[in-house]
Amino acid sequence: MNIVIAMKQVPDLQQVRIRDRRPVLEGVPLLMGDIDRSALAAAVALQDVVAGKRIVLSAGDENLEDTVKEALAAGADEAALVIDNRLRDADSAFIAKVLAEAVRRIGDVGLLLFGEGSADNYSGQVMSRVAAILGWPQAGYVREIRLEGGKAVLTRSLEDCEEVVEADLPVVASVVSEIAQPVTPSVTAILRAGRKPKTVWGLSDLGLEGPQPKVVENLEQLAPLGERKGIVLKSLEDLLAVLRAKEKP
Amino acid sequence: MKNVLIYSERLELAAELVSAGRFVASAAGGSLRALSVGDADLAGFLASRGADVLEIRSAEQPPADPAQIAQALRVAAESAGAGVILLASNRRGKEIAGRLAQELGAGCLTDVGRLEAAEGRITGVRNALGGATEVFQAVTTERQVLALRPGVFAAAPEAAPGAVQFLDVPLPEPKIRLRETRAKAGDAVDIGRAEVLVVVGQGLADREDLALAERIARALGGEVACTKPVATDRRWLAEDRIVGLSGKTCRPALALLLGVSGQVQFSVGIRDAGTIAAINRDDQAPVASLSDYFLQADLKAVLPDLAGRFPDT
Repeated sequence: MNIVIAMKQVPDLQQVRIRDRRPVLEGVPLLMGDIDRSALAAAVALQDVVAGKRIVLSAGDENLEDTVKEALAAGADEAALVIDNRLRDADSAFIAKVLAEAVRRIGDVGLLLFGEGSADNYSGQVMSRVAAILGWPQAGYVREIRLEGGKAVLTRSLEDCEEVVEADLPVVASVVSEIAQPVTPSVTAILRAGRKPKTVWGLSDLGLEGPQPKVVENLEQLAPLGERKGIVLKSLEDLLAVLRAKEKP
Repeated sequence: MKNVLIYSERLELAAELVSAGRFVASAAGGSLRALSVGDADLAGFLASRGADVLEIRSAEQPPADPAQIAQALRVAAESAGAGVILLASNRRGKEIAGRLAQELGAGCLTDVGRLEAAEGRITGVRNALGGATEVFQAVTTERQVLALRPGVFAAAPEAAPGAVQFLDVPLPEPKIRLRETRAKAGDAVDIGRAEVLVVVGQGLADREDLALAERIARALGGEVACTKPVATDRRWLAEDRIVGLSGKTCRPALALLLGVSGQVQFSVGIRDAGTIAAINRDDQAPVASLSDYFLQADLKAVLPDLAGRFPDT
């Protein structure tokens, strides 16, 4: 049985600049999001109990072959990539369709992992959509995974409690960052990663047409206006006065 | 399909959705229905807030399998003639949102922080690029699934009671089975609802100074919260006290930021605060422009003095 880790190529958010309230993405390096890297680390940790392969699955533009190297160096055995420039602006619904189709082709997948949300958009829909398409059980916000025979026992971290749930494999899960520390690979591991097997599909290889009409339209994207007073205080006394004024009687 | 259907398993979030649902329904010229799945208390509560309720019976409440709730919502939306389905964007709600949207062939927005309605179109505003930007989005499909961040709408007050109607819907066999529910390690404090927050960042050098921050928070009737590294790297506070993209979005009347640099991934969680005051050593740090009142000072030196001005309760 294989474990598939779905990872999303995102811009390095530390390097996104704002100009005239709009984000500047040109020249910003692409990488795999941190929570996705935690999902990969969690899959690697299951190495002793799962004999199959850990396969990184990602869909995106031509930069993906380069971006995926770090994941291969961080412990993935193989990469399955859907590379098509028509995927650049694809919405969650279309990406879910693409990933589900890729999972079907990979075959013998027991566990399909996602990060709880992508670093750039954080909408957290794709996991649930893929689960719906495949008809597999799903559990979100998982912080611990145990495999018992043909079952997964998952600890799901909700706002006010934790739930331990079980489901028959195959299962789709999204994980929270607490599940595992991302692995930062060594330089030699990165060099060796180039030799690990990669399968590359285009959309037509998966029998898919270009993006369907979008189900969500982006109308505008703007940096929020800071509307703060920006008063510089001279002393602790000034600060105390501010806090006291706001204190409830 | 002008009508609106709302669902959250949590009473306080469901009450907010009643308000949100009325807003959307009045913009669309439709009416509001609320769903309860196997929870008579929730159904009664929603009715007491003036909502007409559809109740679907289930063995578990709420079902642990999001696919079951998605199925209940699908049937209820059909029965209510609902074009817009509003959910809470807590973890359970977000998980349901994607599943339901896929099954309905609908577009979906999660973590919606603002709803605007104009010319018959609903626009949701959400954070993107780690909070560096806000994106204005509209769903283009006939049905839409929108998950709203807690606190966006005020809870609906008590009103003339709505009607409760039972729907006979066989839910699919659960594929997710609940073995155990347990309290979360940590202290189950909801910083998202605190009126006053004292937020510590990595500029707070010594763990023992945390007690000083706690003293100030107590005296101001608030809670201590923190930036992500303070909880995940240093493990000084529980992760449910993290403010920001990977934690909670908070709307306190007053926030005091101690040694917080103000990276965008943090600021997205405090942007909606009423008043922000901050102490930081570096007046070039982003927190300086994030705050209403900024004091440039060495925290180690001034914090004992500041805390000393408040009674130790």
